[in-house]
This record gives sequence, C-alpha cells and structure tokens, in this order.
Amino acid sequence: MTLLVCTAVIVTRLRNLFATVMLTGIYSFLGAGWMLLLDAPDVAFTEASVGAGISTVLMLATLALTTHREKRSEKKQWLALLLVVLTGAALVYGTLDMPHYGDPNAPIHTHVAPRYIEESPEEVGVPNIVTAVLASYRGYDTLGETTVIFTAGIAVLLLLRRRRESRRRGAEDPR
Amino acid sequence: MKRQTILRVVSKLIIPLILLFALYVQFHGDYGPGGGFQAGVIFGAGFVLYGLVFGLEALRRVARPAFVESLIAFGLLLYAGVGVVSMLRGGNFLDYGVLAHDPVHGQHLGILLVELGVGITVAAVMITIFHSFAARGDAR
Repeated sequence: MTLLVCTAVIVTRLRNLFATVMLTGIYSFLGAGWMLLLDAPDVAFTEASVGAGISTVLMLATLALTTHREKRSEKKQWLALLLVVLTGAALVYGTLDMPHYGDPNAPIHTHVAPRYIEESPEEVGVPNIVTAVLASYRGYDTLGETTVIFTAGIAVLLLLRRRRESRRRGAEDPR
Repeated sequence: MKRQTILRVVSKLIIPLILLFALYVQFHGDYGPGGGFQAGVIFGAGFVLYGLVFGLEALRRVARPAFVESLIAFGLLLYAGVGVVSMLRGGNFLDYGVLAHDPVHGQHLGILLVELGVGITVAAVMITIFHSFAARGDAR
C-alpha cells in the first residue's frame, strides 16, 4: 500500500512523460501483487497483463506520436484540488458504513454467494467457481463486457483508420 | 529495434512460451485462475512483442489486419451464437445445460466455447489497437 501511494505521488510530480509511463507500469505491478495478497489471482492476472503490459506499450506508442515533456501549467488549480479532496473525503466517509474485510455476516457473503459455493460443483461441474460464476451464472454480464471490448476495438479502428486513409488519399499514393 | 540481437533472440525464445501460456490460461480456466479475458490479453501481448521487436511489416505478415479485424467480430458472434444455439435446443438464452445430453457436460462445453469467444475477441482487439497506433507512427 505504501509503495502504491509513493508511486502515485511520484507520478504526479514528474514532468518527464516517459518516466511517468514506466511508473504507471510499476504501479500496475504493485496493484497486481496486492490483489494476489487478497487471494484474487484472476484480478491480479488481468492487472498485470493489461495494466502493466498492454497499456504501457500503448502509452509508449502514443508518446512516440506526440511529445516526451509535459507542458508546465503556471496556474495553481486550487478549485480542482478542493474538488478532489472533497470527493475523496466523501468516498472515505462512505466506506465507514461498509462491513469489515472478511466479515462472514457481510451482505455479499449472505446473498447468492453461498448458493454459488454449495451448488456450482453439481450444477456446473467446474472446479473454479470464479469461472462458473463469470461464464455461466453471469453469462449475460460477460456477453455485455465482450460487447464493450468489441465496440472499443471498432471505435479505435474507425477513428485511426479514417484519418490514415484520408491522409493517404491526400498524398495521392494509390495502393 | 531490428538490429538488437539480444532482444531478437530472447523474444524469439519467449514468444512461443507466451502464446503457450495464453492457451493454457484459456483452456485451463475451468480448473485454475484465468479465463478468456486474461488469455486474450496474454495472447495479444505475444503478438505486440513480436511487432515491437521485429517491426510492423513482420507483424502484418503473421497476422494480416483484415483477418484479425474479422476475428473481433467472430469472437463475439461465437459467444452470442452459443446463446442462440441453446435457445434453439429449447433452453433459455445462454443456458448451457441443454447443449449436451448431460447438463454438466453441456455447462462444460458452453463455458469452453464462450470463454474461447471472449479470448478471440480480446486478443484480436489488442492486436488491432496496437497495430493502428503503430501504423500511425509509421505514416509520419
């Protein structure tokens, strides 16, 4: 946790965007390790591969297209700082009502989770309950998530592809 | 980066392992941690590494953009198709129990196909996004 906070602070202080991208990768790795400590290897997996791997590469590709230095803004954004502090305080206040971590009487452990744990071996027959919930009980949700990824891919294609083709046409380079 | 011998040799060693690990995460998701999303990203990362080290032209030869883009749609169609097939066989949408004679086998089959669809879409989207970003850099 301390390391996470340290990395976040350094990221906001640094002006060199290359170092910032690398540090966000480190931040993702730390987050992945933290998830592993919380016994959530699936989330850790995703965080390590998406956060530390793919998005770092994409950010580097973006840097290659733009610039390495962040523009220094002279004005101090006090209103923004105030808003962020207020939102953070509200969120922390909200967590005070939440049950303690690992509390067996928490609502999340008494609603549908016992049924998943007790009956998924007979109903679905898959040892990994996370997979059973994700793909079978919550099949609609996962279908929606896949649709989101599909839409994102199509949107990136539309935005970047059209720009490139118009430029190619502008340069009169038939291919 | 084409002249970095160490990078080329090491990535040639690593890429097959990455792809194999992705397939393991994909098809072993029923038993261990992992599933379509993670496997798709790892598989895509293998291709992205290949593109980074050996250049965009090589990546285009291995994974033709038109083919990868059609895979984006294919993965989602596979997912939705499983739902439609289970409906045609008299169950609810995405009710895998009716896919085989034994409901548990049906669940296995359904989850396998659905995760495969997710994995294909995610991997294809990752490769496509990387490709379109990098191609813009080339066009400059």
